[in-house]
Amino acid sequence: MTYFLQQVVDGVSTGVIYALLGLAMVLIFRATGIINFAQGELATIAAFFAWQLNLWGLPIWLAIAATAVIGFGAGAAIERVVIRPVANKDHFTLIMVTLGLFMITNAVTGLVWGYTIQAFPDPFPVAAWTVHGVSLSLASVGTIVIVCVVGFLLYQLFHRTRLGLGMRAAISNPESARLSGIDVGRMQMIGWGLAAMVGTLAGALAAPKLFLEPNMMLGVLTYAFAAVIVGGLDSPLGAVVGGLAIGVTENLAGAYLYDFVGNDLKIAVPLALVFGILLVRPQGLFGRRAVARA
Amino acid sequence: MLAAMLERVCRVGFLVVDDVVVTFGGVRALDGASFAVEVSQICGLIGPNGAGKTSLFNVISGLYRPDAGRVSLAGQDILALPANGVARAGIARTFQNLGLFASQSVLENVMLGAYHRTRAGFLGGMLRLPAATREGRRIRDEALAILDLLGLGRYADHPAQGLPFGTLKRVELGRALAAHPRLLMLDEPANGLTHGEVAEFGELILQLREELRLTVLLVEHHMGLVMGVSDTVVALNFGRKIAEGTPDEVRQNDDLIAAYLGTAA
Amino acid sequence: MSLLEVTDLMAGYGPAKVLHGMTFAVDEGEIATILGANGAGKTTTLRAICGMVATSGGIRFDGRSVRGLAPARMARLGVAHVPQGRGTFAGLTVRENLLAGAYTRRDRAGVAADIDRISQWFPRLAERRDQPAGSLSGGEQQMLAVSRALLLRPRLLLLDEPSLGLAPLVTQSLFGTLTDIHNQMGTTMLIVEQNAGLALRIAHRAFVLEAGRIVRAGDAASVAADDSVRRAYLGLGDSR
Ligand SMILES: Nc1ncnc2c1ncn2[C@@H]1O[C@H](COP(=O)(O)OP(=O)(O)OP(=O)(O)O)[C@@H](O)[C@H]1O
Ligand SMILES: Nc1ncnc2c1ncn2[C@@H]1O[C@H](COP(=O)(O)OP(=O)(O)O)[C@@H](O)[C@H]1O
Ligand SMILES: [Mg+2]
Ligand SMILES: [Mg+2]
Repeated sequence: MTYFLQQVVDGVSTGVIYALLGLAMVLIFRATGIINFAQGELATIAAFFAWQLNLWGLPIWLAIAATAVIGFGAGAAIERVVIRPVANKDHFTLIMVTLGLFMITNAVTGLVWGYTIQAFPDPFPVAAWTVHGVSLSLASVGTIVIVCVVGFLLYQLFHRTRLGLGMRAAISNPESARLSGIDVGRMQMIGWGLAAMVGTLAGALAAPKLFLEPNMMLGVLTYAFAAVIVGGLDSPLGAVVGGLAIGVTENLAGAYLYDFVGNDLKIAVPLALVFGILLVRPQGLFGRRAVARA
Repeated sequence: MLAAMLERVCRVGFLVVDDVVVTFGGVRALDGASFAVEVSQICGLIGPNGAGKTSLFNVISGLYRPDAGRVSLAGQDILALPANGVARAGIARTFQNLGLFASQSVLENVMLGAYHRTRAGFLGGMLRLPAATREGRRIRDEALAILDLLGLGRYADHPAQGLPFGTLKRVELGRALAAHPRLLMLDEPANGLTHGEVAEFGELILQLREELRLTVLLVEHHMGLVMGVSDTVVALNFGRKIAEGTPDEVRQNDDLIAAYLGTAA
Repeated sequence: MSLLEVTDLMAGYGPAKVLHGMTFAVDEGEIATILGANGAGKTTTLRAICGMVATSGGIRFDGRSVRGLAPARMARLGVAHVPQGRGTFAGLTVRENLLAGAYTRRDRAGVAADIDRISQWFPRLAERRDQPAGSLSGGEQQMLAVSRALLLRPRLLLLDEPSLGLAPLVTQSLFGTLTDIHNQMGTTMLIVEQNAGLALRIAHRAFVLEAGRIVRAGDAASVAADDSVRRAYLGLGDSR
């Protein structure tokens, strides 16, 4: 039982990172209706940036915060320069554009920082508690708390502020939003900016657990993508629940099914979960089916 | 027992709606509505906003599962049909707020109405290679004939997007007709038309009924149209029937005047 | 003085020209209506004023040229527009729709008071405050679309078939409400309406649009008395 709980706790602490990157994808999907495949790479480049600032002498937390702010600007700029010109094109074009963004970001990261693996300083001091035999590291608890806070703040933003109302109105009906005086373009920029900011956090929290290198977030992106598909592409809550579910299943599969599926195949278990859920609920657990009021 | 059965058989209509209940949380969209429509009749369905008219269409066309009640068409239990069986059973409808594919052409939208009749049942085959199969060609010719009948011939290749509202409502009618329905359900088809155009549209409905022997369920707030073309009128309020009869009878109904018509009738 | 002045307005979609040089004006504090057949270009005219289609010609609002301004700018200048059909935010609740309509306003108390007033005009909306707009009935959505535009507290209100989908009784009370708003706040209105009889009754001025050109203009009463107008747009026994 203790072993099981330990696996669940460990699963949750990786799951929250999937959740965070998933949240970034949901933000972009809600703002512009695009699935951003470059989200992981943007997070990676942000992690490198924070690492560089730290190397230059900024304390790690300050480096992460500064990167988040710069990330906001960069995300907004990407929307403006790369996405807006093709915004009215078909889905296929948009997917190609985000895949292009993926490759460019990846290449730039490699060009600037190279492919040698770097160690990202852990923003949390090493400390752990043991509760009923289950060990909880400060890093895990801290990560979970940060994700909860980010989720809470985003919820407040969308549901309690004028800006959030404008963003939701803009995605729900752009034409009526414009007619109500809402600058739809600006809302989309802000959506991308916020997503980049959340992505920065995801990168910075993932980096100490992984190794800092240009392809660091590839696996995380796959799981985050699975998480938002499970949770529903337009649902922030779904991204969080989906991320946790995937993290926990992945970990439990590794712990209990290792003998059957081996380490390489353990990746397949959460994906099988995704597949199963989609069979039952094509819109995801929390996604809204387009309201078909005739 | 026998008497009860006889009574049932005698009262049975072509379309029978029996005690249908639909709820959404606390809202009772339909609350035990019952009525029948005879074959080749036009039945006007009226009532205040939110009375449950569109919800009833959604039940008959299989979009909503009712909490209780029965619906049958020519004796066949409609509610037992699978989602794709409704069109095969001969039921077609138009949508109040339009259910067209904006980027597809008018012709393609109308052809989609015939989708369930294709043997291939294969969308791509039908739309992309229209002339490739005899079936595709037949459906296309028929759709073009429908467009001509509705006076939409010149819009055939125009994308649905951007056409005037009144025109789009007519494209929807075309799509419904392409399904070869026995029961045609029209949800506010006269929206966006001027007075003169509404009168013409009324003529068109009567003509279609004659030529295609259609049974029609017509939801409209344009009283001139409803009272002008309907054989019977059913009025709903809060999901319940509050009046039923010929247009002249219903027009006199005090409840209906108070709840719906106001002084205009 | 004219609040809205349109001169030689041309508009279209790509190569297809829809409006071929329209000239008309609406005075401050006036209600005007545009009559025209399906496809005449009524919707396009309202969209052109709000910068939703490419135009040439002149559009002046309150004395300044506004041609080419983006719709959001027009809204901030005080022009509200109820588009034809689908004017609501489906995923937002009724209350959030109304607040989005008041997006440009900073006077919270005023907005709250206006929402209260709207609840009196459309009690159904008050009952459904927390229901997503997308699950309202068609007529309920139309009430919401009109209310959303009113919450902008516009100086100029453009209405594209506001009675679309409304029950006769609600249509009558809507036009009563529009008259009240006009009397109380002096809002200038330009109305496109299928039910020409009702529109002409509350309007001061009327224009008849045919194939993208204004073929008749004048005060509402004299347009309403015109034989050809009566035949095409009013008819005998119009009982909506
Ligand atoms: N999917 C849904 N979720 C929640 N409420 C719903 C849903 N569908 C319908 N309703 C509610 O049920 C009631 C009946 O709606 P319906 O669309 O049938 O009305 P209607 O008679 O067609 O009205 P209208 O003339 O305005 O089109 C309305 O109050 C509506 O808000
Ligand atoms: N988005 C669009 N794309 C292409 N053509 C359009 C578009 N919107 C309107 N039109 C054309 O403009 C003409 C006038 O339409 P509209 O202004 O909607 O008419 P009305 O409102 O008077 O019924 C029609 O011929 C229509 O096909
Ligand atoms: Mg309806
Ligand atoms: Mg129009």
